[in-house]
Amino acid sequence: MGTVFGFVLIRSEAASWYRIQEMFYLQSFHMYGILSSAVVTAFVGVQLMRLMSGRAALDGAPITIPKKAPGRFNYPLGGLLFGLGWGVIGLCPGPMFALASSGSVGVLLALGGALHGAWLYGFMRAWLPR
Amino acid sequence: MKVLSAPWPWYVAGPLIGLMVPMLLWLGNRSFGISQNLEHLCAITQPRTFGIDYFRYGWRRSTWSVVFMVGVVLGGFLAGVVFANPDPVALSAAAREMFAAWGLSSTGNELLPPQLFSFTPRNALIQVLSGVLVGFGTRYAAGCTSGHAITGLATGQPQSLLAVAGIFAGGMTAAHFIVPYLGH
Repeated sequence: MGTVFGFVLIRSEAASWYRIQEMFYLQSFHMYGILSSAVVTAFVGVQLMRLMSGRAALDGAPITIPKKAPGRFNYPLGGLLFGLGWGVIGLCPGPMFALASSGSVGVLLALGGALHGAWLYGFMRAWLPR
Repeated sequence: MKVLSAPWPWYVAGPLIGLMVPMLLWLGNRSFGISQNLEHLCAITQPRTFGIDYFRYGWRRSTWSVVFMVGVVLGGFLAGVVFANPDPVALSAAAREMFAAWGLSSTGNELLPPQLFSFTPRNALIQVLSGVLVGFGTRYAAGCTSGHAITGLATGQPQSLLAVAGIFAGGMTAAHFIVPYLGH
């Protein structure tokens, strides 16, 4: 499934820096089409799955949708920081992995930066408002 | 084979991505999201003697997620290298003009602008700093585009709406006030 996801990210050009800028300048429906149809498909799929079985295939445990932890500051602030980086480099975590084999040193540097950013978060999290 | 190398329209790509959410839940109660792997990679590589407690958890419980991530790398290799699209990114005319004006247009079929991704000290600094923001921001917000904009919104989580608002505010700011000055 990860392979399918990686393939789709490249083939739909969602992993393209150009597509991300085009999205933030509202110059094309392409990215909004991908995101909204993904949300609608996911919503319908989850509802259907609940109606039909409600149990996981591998272990038969009841399906529970993990809830995000409560928080007032971390979601918008973290999103803002992520957005600032994403807007410049045009790579969110999925495309960073999908483009890892593209031969671009820049992608690997951004991925390395992201790993250090995640580590920095782990280091600082006690002092951050939630 | 053309179907594998030509770009896919949004109404094919979007539903395929959306299906990840119910499929992963149905298979084994997994929540679709990519950026958690940044933490797993920290946990895997952190030295035992030197490190911080936050990354001392049993990442092996999330092996599925790491396997998914390896799949993403493989899928990216198949789509980007084995079945590479020989044509330029199918951008709108307005976007093409804008990139030309910035000095950031592409000359071939690149997904990323060579002016920003070629290896120079300035570019390396931009890449690493943006990467740090992406890594820090996605973990602080507990999710990225996949975890919040797709999984979170589709399962009706108000926190994800807050995160998505933050993501777009940050992205719009960077795209309008930083990126136009990077080409020259």
